[in-house]
Amino acid sequence: MLDRIRLEPSRFFLHLTVFVIVAIWTLPTAGLLVSSLRDKNQIAVSGWWTALKTSDRNAQGRMKGAADQIEKDGSFVISGNLLESSDGRGTIRAFGIRVQKPDEFPAGIAAALDGGKTLLVNGDGSYVFSSPVAFEGDRGQRVFYVISVPPRFTTENYENVLFAQNIGRSFVNSLTVTIPATIIPILIAAFAAYALAWMKLPGRGFLIAVIVGLLVVPLQMSLIPLLKIYNASGFLAKTYLGVWLAHTGFGLPFAIYLLRSYMAGLPKDLIESAQVDGASDFKIFRRIILPLSFPALASFAIFQFLWVWNDLLVAMVFLGSEQDKIVLTYSLNSLLGSRGGNWEILTASAFITIIVPLIVFFSLQRYFVRGLLAGSVKGG
Amino acid sequence: MLEQLLWAGAIIILGVGGCFGYFYGSNLLLDRIFPAHAADMSKAHRNLKFQSVIRPWLFLGPALVLLTVYLIYPVFQTIWLSFHDKSGEAFVGGANYAWAVNDGQFRQSIFNNFLWLLVVPAACTFIGLIIAVLTDRIWWGNIARSLIFLPLAISFVGASVIWKFVYDYRGEGQDQIGILNAIVSWFGFEPQVWIALPFWNNFFLMVILIWIQTGFATVILGAALRGVPEDTLEAAVIDGAGPFKIFWRIMVPQIMSTIIVVWTTITVLVLKVFDIVLTMTNGQWDTQVLANLMYDWMFRGGGDFGRGAAIAIVIMLAVLPIMIWNIRQANAEQKGGH
Repeated sequence: MLDRIRLEPSRFFLHLTVFVIVAIWTLPTAGLLVSSLRDKNQIAVSGWWTALKTSDRNAQGRMKGAADQIEKDGSFVISGNLLESSDGRGTIRAFGIRVQKPDEFPAGIAAALDGGKTLLVNGDGSYVFSSPVAFEGDRGQRVFYVISVPPRFTTENYENVLFAQNIGRSFVNSLTVTIPATIIPILIAAFAAYALAWMKLPGRGFLIAVIVGLLVVPLQMSLIPLLKIYNASGFLAKTYLGVWLAHTGFGLPFAIYLLRSYMAGLPKDLIESAQVDGASDFKIFRRIILPLSFPALASFAIFQFLWVWNDLLVAMVFLGSEQDKIVLTYSLNSLLGSRGGNWEILTASAFITIIVPLIVFFSLQRYFVRGLLAGSVKGG
Repeated sequence: MLEQLLWAGAIIILGVGGCFGYFYGSNLLLDRIFPAHAADMSKAHRNLKFQSVIRPWLFLGPALVLLTVYLIYPVFQTIWLSFHDKSGEAFVGGANYAWAVNDGQFRQSIFNNFLWLLVVPAACTFIGLIIAVLTDRIWWGNIARSLIFLPLAISFVGASVIWKFVYDYRGEGQDQIGILNAIVSWFGFEPQVWIALPFWNNFFLMVILIWIQTGFATVILGAALRGVPEDTLEAAVIDGAGPFKIFWRIMVPQIMSTIIVVWTTITVLVLKVFDIVLTMTNGQWDTQVLANLMYDWMFRGGGDFGRGAAIAIVIMLAVLPIMIWNIRQANAEQKGGH
């Protein structure tokens, strides 16, 4: 339809504009994903967009001490390999013996040092240090060098955060919170929505108006009073049950609103003929309404799942900070505080927290969009 | 780990099963107490009547109880608490509000919230509208929309990590690993600690929410645009209207009600913004907002429920006009519709 109206002078410009916008929207997430798979030393020194390039890094090592020297042709020689204790990757490009000048001498050429000493460091890390007089001291000379490290991709970061940083545990906790907190409100809201859509009931219009009003009540209004109730009750404070109920309560207005408007739109004849046939409300609900409302139920389920999985505030207030209960968002937030500079931990953890919503989102996008449209275009 | 999984599975089954049990059991109970198939006809009739009066409330019951406990009662309790001292015992009149008006942090939060309200809904709606129009006209528009829509699935905390990485700053002489500073240095400017630049840092935090919410605006507005009747557009073309004129004079007015819905939805969200500020700056460098300030007063330094409640009331007051407007819309629709 819009094709017939020329909004832009050239198609090329249109494609370019959309491409740039899409790039701006996807690059931040792409950076996170790429970084989470990089070697942790490389994340810290070079941008993720250089991930495929070989990077240079300054490092230092210590040669063997005087005990290892050998006398050969009148001079004293210490030899060994600077890279043998590391993982052996990379090539030394240059070296030096002062921290200010790690690139003083090129690798592979013997450098003349003070007192007639010579030092040769090769690209593979092997070195030959020779002197006309005997070396002294137990500790060897320090060597600074510039090493070129080829790009390296690894799943180490993920292994680290899953097992050492408790993200694996939090993942299970998040599932424990999210699954019931999604199913329970669906059940409760579906029954309520049916009652509000199809059952005779005094004050129906008023109840619907209340629910529409509750749609926008800020969560913040509920926190303090609920915290008081929870602390007084004992069995709700810092338990999964308490969090499920809180998410259920906060999700109900939208659930009832969405499901009621959908159910009210179902064909009237169908329900009335079932009533004439003597089917009970419970039966009508189970056999007719629930199957027909599947798209709306799926929409809400996705919403609630994403909302609960991504929630931080409710989990912080009602679940507390014990290791066996903290959810992914909470863990990620504490890592931001304690490991603020360790991007290998943060990027991998963040990706683990967003992977589940992304899968849900991409596989069920159709229902999600339908729910969005129903929830906000109609009346909302 | 396995133990935790089993345990989690067990409580999931217990929680969900308990819920199923209520609906099934309460219905069965109602049928038993007032059997519809009694031998006595008049009794059966009376029982059926009882059933039809009671059953709606069985269906609605759990929802009404939860809504009352989790939303309605807390609203009144918070109002009450906002006139009491930190432990909620002594009545202090308007002292909490008087404190708020004179508190520097509170003023800062009001100012920042105001900035957020001014910028974020407008930016999301405007950019969303543009993207909706542009992507409607290219063959890969669906893919483009999906990608722009994608951040909506990401948590605020996850998004904060993503953007903290974008804004990352490295001292002089080091390679910048944050893409923003890398671009800035590439153009020859000085790299900055973006989130610690007072005033402007607010905008860098807003970018995160705009990044998340624009997809929402795109989808809703895109659907509305597709509903604009074609003949109005054709008439405009015949009259010789240019593309910008068609957009502003024909399309935008026809989808105005949808624009308002998108705008108000994002406005409500902005008023509650908490996670982004907490994870990015925790209110430092003049970025405090009401929701985070309230959290501070609830938990930090022993907590002061009176002041926290007063801040919550301020957020509620800001939402109130939208709430009233929504209720009126819904009522009008009910009278007009089914």
